[in-house]
Amino acid sequence: MTRESFDRELQDVKRKLFQVTGEVRKNLTASVKYLDNRDMQGASMIIESDEMVNLKCLEIEERCLNIIATQQPVATDLRLLFSILQITTEVERIGDYAKGIARISQKIGPGKLVKPLVDIPRMEEIAGLMLDDAIRAFTEDDEQAARKIPARDMQIDVLYNQVHRVLLTFTMEKPTNIEEIMMLDWVAHNIERVGARVVNICERVIFTVTGVSVDLN
Amino acid sequence: MTAEIRMRAVDYSLFYGDFKALNSISLDIPTYRISAFIGPSGCGKSTFLRSFNRMNDLIPGVTTSGKVLLDGNDVSKEDVVNLRRKVGMVFQRPNPFPKSIFDNVAYGPRLHGTKNRSDLAVIVERSLKGAALWDEVKDDLGKSGMSLSGGQQQRLCIARAIAVEPEVILMDEPASALDPVATLKIEELMNVLKKNYTIAIVTHNMQQAARVSDYTAFLLTDENRAGNLIEFGPTKQIFTTPSDSRTEDYISGRFG
Amino acid sequence: MNRRALNQNAAFAMFWIAGAVAVLIMAFVVGYIMLKGLPGITADFFTSSPRGGLSGEGGIYSTIVTTFYMVVVTLAFAVPFGVGAAIYLTEYSGTSESRMVLKLVSVARFGVETLAGVPSIIFGLFGYALFVSALNFGFSILSASMAGACLIIPVIIRTTEEALKAVPTGYREASLALGANRWETIWKVILPSAFRGISTGILLSAGRIVSETAIFFVTLGGSYRVPHSLMSGGRTMALHVYYLAMETRAFDKAMSTAAVLVGLIVLMNLSINMITNRISAKEYK
Repeated sequence: MTRESFDRELQDVKRKLFQVTGEVRKNLTASVKYLDNRDMQGASMIIESDEMVNLKCLEIEERCLNIIATQQPVATDLRLLFSILQITTEVERIGDYAKGIARISQKIGPGKLVKPLVDIPRMEEIAGLMLDDAIRAFTEDDEQAARKIPARDMQIDVLYNQVHRVLLTFTMEKPTNIEEIMMLDWVAHNIERVGARVVNICERVIFTVTGVSVDLN
Repeated sequence: MTAEIRMRAVDYSLFYGDFKALNSISLDIPTYRISAFIGPSGCGKSTFLRSFNRMNDLIPGVTTSGKVLLDGNDVSKEDVVNLRRKVGMVFQRPNPFPKSIFDNVAYGPRLHGTKNRSDLAVIVERSLKGAALWDEVKDDLGKSGMSLSGGQQQRLCIARAIAVEPEVILMDEPASALDPVATLKIEELMNVLKKNYTIAIVTHNMQQAARVSDYTAFLLTDENRAGNLIEFGPTKQIFTTPSDSRTEDYISGRFG
Repeated sequence: MNRRALNQNAAFAMFWIAGAVAVLIMAFVVGYIMLKGLPGITADFFTSSPRGGLSGEGGIYSTIVTTFYMVVVTLAFAVPFGVGAAIYLTEYSGTSESRMVLKLVSVARFGVETLAGVPSIIFGLFGYALFVSALNFGFSILSASMAGACLIIPVIIRTTEEALKAVPTGYREASLALGANRWETIWKVILPSAFRGISTGILLSAGRIVSETAIFFVTLGGSYRVPHSLMSGGRTMALHVYYLAMETRAFDKAMSTAAVLVGLIVLMNLSINMITNRISAKEYK
């Protein structure tokens, strides 16, 4: 094997992406938990943490561009770099969704929620596990795993519809709390989007390994 | 591959005495396309290229099996002078004759019977224009070809090759002795030339193959040091999703 | 460091002295000849022929003419053979697949090498035996130039071979790739490119003829008359110097002739330089 420094750099960038994804994953879970616990301080920590996530994503992009400009990668290397860039964007957006949930949490403010959260944490749990599995499939070039993950997005969609219907009935029962209800609906929507982003990551994993672009949505 | 096929190697092997240098290569050179042969040193890509205009005939002890076809005709049965008129060649080092620019370009047409000075002048101008050199030399065609810069010399050699109106131009690492700017000029020129000529190029420079060619062939020596064709396909496929892991290793710089 | 600098300076000093001595020896020889010879050179010296006899009366007109004929006729014999053989050896023999041809070529090469080192009097003896006696050409320009050709053919073959080998392979490939055959390539590309080297070799050989004595001593006779045909004998300038010095009392005349000879050789070398310079200037204009 020649090109050792090139390989090292590639692996290093890949590891960085894995780490950032871990932080995003943590923020996502925490955002729902803090919403449920009415933890205002936790919410602002998430918002701060997302700043760091964004900076790290920018750093990954920059390093990818450097590698492309100086090493002329081809074939698998090129596909890998392209995928890292794309997945970084997806991860960065997932981070934004978590931050969005934290913002909503702040907007609703302290005090008891209009209704206890039931399906939203379940949605988050599924989406979080999907993200874990997707990024593991990526680091392990596991195409088979990547193909299986998107099916689980269906469960999120089902739960989302359920949340949506429940909240809709709530608007009729408690018209004074419409704003809060709509914000909770937005939280569910954010998590639904996370599922879609994870599916995109799975597509990139398949592309990296096979060179074929697929649409799994 | 839907393009028309200009040249074709069928189960072609080449031997130096008992030593097999090329092992049963079959490949199609599509018309009006640039086909690049890449591979590590000693893989036989230059030898293979030289099979298309029978330059290997000059080497004592060379024997071949299989066929090389030009427009469906076996080149070994063709008159070699006629073959080389149809299949021109540009070499690694610019090699203009120590003659004037005019005489360099007129060399081929004169061999093939054009003697009239004004006819030759027309051919010389057309060829130099074709090689994107006319504007730089039109005022001094009597100047020695050796006095030009390396890049200009190589374009002069291209003009000399196209002066006999070949169907195919073989290029054996045409830019390896040139600086990057001259190299890009040659590559640009190749892109223009492929409208009228079928081009096959050997190159050590994979990025060059990726930049200029439409099809890429990867050759590699086997355990007996005979050159084998590993993979041949559209360049963009070879450089994004090669199907053979040896191709992948080579183009991504992990060879050896 | 001082020690090393000292060593270097000592070495340079020795080289300088060696070079200076070489130049001095040459300057002394030429100077001595010029000093002794130049005073005797008049217009009459060039236009009158030797009149024979022990006193060495007369000029060198006939020897100049003979020298000229000898050069021309010898080259006429030697150049086609020499250049032709060199072309065969470099351009054709290598591609032959017959083992016998290859063997023959290596023998020929060895022969050429050996001939180049044979003392010229051997060629003279051979020329005497074959051309003068056996073929009955007598002491004549014909016999002498044939014997002379034997002397210079190896020189021409070797210089021509070198000149041909110096032609870049790229020229051959380019010409062949344009559809030229081997002969067209040799005639239109290789010979013109090698012209400078070949002509240098030919001029050097001409110099050998001008300065040769041993061969002509036994093949050309020694007649001091102006030759009128290939079958006439004669004496070249170099031969004349020998006759004057050894068989007459006219040592001053020998010196004058030698001075002219030296002048001629210098002139020929200058013209070699001029030709090569002009051609290379034209090539790279």
